Amino acid sequence: MKAILEARNLVKKYGDFTAVNGISFVIQEGEIFGLLGPNGAGKTTTISMLSTLFVPTSGEAIIGGHSVTQEAMAVRNLIGIVPQDLALYDDLTARENLSFWGQMYGLSGKALNTRIDEVLEQIDLTDKAKDRVKTYSGGMKRRVNIGVGLLHKPHLLFMDEPTVGIDPQSRRAILDSVKDLNKQGMTVLYTTHYMEEAAELSDRVAIMDHGQLIALGTQAELTKQVGEMETLILHVGENDDPGRLAAALRTLKMVRRADVTDHTVTVIVPEAEEALAPAVTKANELGIKIHSVDMREPNLEAVFLHLTGRALRD
Amino acid sequence: MKKLFLIGFKDLRLVFRDRTALMFMLLAPFLLTLGLGFVTGAYGSHGSSGISQISVLLVNQDNGQLGQALVDLFQSPDLADLVDPVLSADPATARAQIDANAGVAAVIIPAGFTDNIIPPDNLAPAGNVMKIEIYKNPLSPVSAGVIQSIVEEFTSRVETGRVGGQVIVTQLLAAGLITPDQVSAIASEMGTRQASAGDKSPAIALQAAQSGQAQKAFNAMAYMAPGMALMFLMFTVSNGGRSILLEQLRGTLPRLLVSPTNSAQVLIGKIFGVYVSGVIQMFILILTCSLLFGLQWGKPLGMLVLVLVAVFAATGWGMLITALARTPGQVSSIGTAVMLTFGILGGTFIQTSLMPGWFQVVSKITPNAWGLDGFIILGMGGSLTDLGKPLSGLTVMGVVLFVVSIFIFSRSSFARK
Repeated sequence: MKAILEARNLVKKYGDFTAVNGISFVIQEGEIFGLLGPNGAGKTTTISMLSTLFVPTSGEAIIGGHSVTQEAMAVRNLIGIVPQDLALYDDLTARENLSFWGQMYGLSGKALNTRIDEVLEQIDLTDKAKDRVKTYSGGMKRRVNIGVGLLHKPHLLFMDEPTVGIDPQSRRAILDSVKDLNKQGMTVLYTTHYMEEAAELSDRVAIMDHGQLIALGTQAELTKQVGEMETLILHVGENDDPGRLAAALRTLKMVRRADVTDHTVTVIVPEAEEALAPAVTKANELGIKIHSVDMREPNLEAVFLHLTGRALRD
Repeated sequence: MKKLFLIGFKDLRLVFRDRTALMFMLLAPFLLTLGLGFVTGAYGSHGSSGISQISVLLVNQDNGQLGQALVDLFQSPDLADLVDPVLSADPATARAQIDANAGVAAVIIPAGFTDNIIPPDNLAPAGNVMKIEIYKNPLSPVSAGVIQSIVEEFTSRVETGRVGGQVIVTQLLAAGLITPDQVSAIASEMGTRQASAGDKSPAIALQAAQSGQAQKAFNAMAYMAPGMALMFLMFTVSNGGRSILLEQLRGTLPRLLVSPTNSAQVLIGKIFGVYVSGVIQMFILILTCSLLFGLQWGKPLGMLVLVLVAVFAATGWGMLITALARTPGQVSSIGTAVMLTFGILGGTFIQTSLMPGWFQVVSKITPNAWGLDGFIILGMGGSLTDLGKPLSGLTVMGVVLFVVSIFIFSRSSFARK
């Protein structure tokens, strides 16, 4: 496989604040590359630099052999973008939106119309194509937003949190369409703060936190970092102190670490099922009521917790 | 170039789908013009005059030909329908009558007016300039403006003749065809001929343009309609500018900027959309007023060029407001304030010539004032060649505003960050 994108030590600063702090990675042609991190990790800033919207403070990125800083126009011809926030004209219909954006990417005439029909079918909006976008539901708008990004068949598609704020059904449809696009040969850089999405879609995942890349690899490679450990998540009552419970659990031999987020205690253990009874006993001793319990096998959430000491949703 | 048009026409489509914007662009100026039409009775029948039989008091203290020529002009059959002149003995009486609302304006021709311009034999021209006083009734600003226009046209012709005479005499002298002793006598003779010729020539451009045709009546709507159109043009251009910041807010501007389109194309495309919206608005209003009120806007070519250049200057203001504002809301509020201020300053409600000198100077920062000047020239029968001053003013204004706005834009919204 050949690299379609190579980011080299990218930095973006705003005054004293460093949004992206020297990240480097390579994306191979044909893969889905997941960029996973909590809100504010620097994912959108990274995409903005890679898509030529922002100029890096330092560092460089090469896309399809072209520099994002020196050959912005050549890069723009190769990429498509699905921004996190909807970027559509509400008073135009879906077809008119697609037509406008298609023409901005150089499509015209019959080729444009054929492509619009294909995309409308792909996003399942053929029947609603003549309705103004402002009459659409949030999920339908998201689908048009994606349609605009892939209209010109880009070599590399940037998708920045495309499922934020939509219903589960639309979310499922979007994830399936990303897989379909990839099957058709499109390379995708997909940013998300949902561990499940990154896990389901990505061939490789880069985990970002505070502007830095803290891990990169396949899901299997990353989960190896936390060994064969499982995760036990205990949800406690609002009036209880999860910090006291975490401290008590750390005294148990089987517990590798215990961290607190809001009213949740996340415990890393070799066997979650075995750890459950001692954990509940400790809670009872402290008079803390456990509302619910989750048990998870090694996953990206655990990796993030392992690397940062915080849950991904923080 | 194609992308520029794509962006512009996309914006045009969006504007004409925005009902609120359309109300302000087309309905509001139309209704205001309609309201003013009721007040003046200007559209009672096509071609009828909204203003007629303007009562004017003439005080002629001049014993020369020029003073008499102006009186004759007001009493000429050409102006019989438009003005109702009454001779008055002295300025104080005339002013008192105007104060008592017994007339629209008093035209006071000072003693020695002719001699001031055409010196008698062996006398050098006077250094000071003598002015005809127009004492206006503030309750009749439009009618008083008509009287002022007639007097200004007359004095302009006299001044043209005087300057032309000076040039001729100087050249004759330089060529040795006359001696210095003959200068005074020849100048006096030329002045006398000029005065009597002026008396016989058509009074104002309106009549001059219509000679040989049915007499064209002055229509107050021809002043009000372009005034309103120009004022609401300022709404259109600021609303168009607002769309630039809305694109930023709604994420479509960043999306445009990461498409294979450079920022200059995006900006010029946006400006093009605003400009075309303004032009279409003006032509819809012009067409509507022509059909419903029977308004004559003057020579089509002159009107076309004037509209194109006026919208250019107004768009410049729209862009500057947008470049200086941070949010679409700011553009709306500043744009509305500017629209009303420019409407007042530019003469939409009260003709600027009736206002103090400083006001007239300040009014020139508005495209409304220049545009209205142009429409009045056209309405009075002028053509494209007579529009030099307003067209130059509007062009310079537009160029300066665009340069400043584009400089600001290039450092803000349209710069790669």
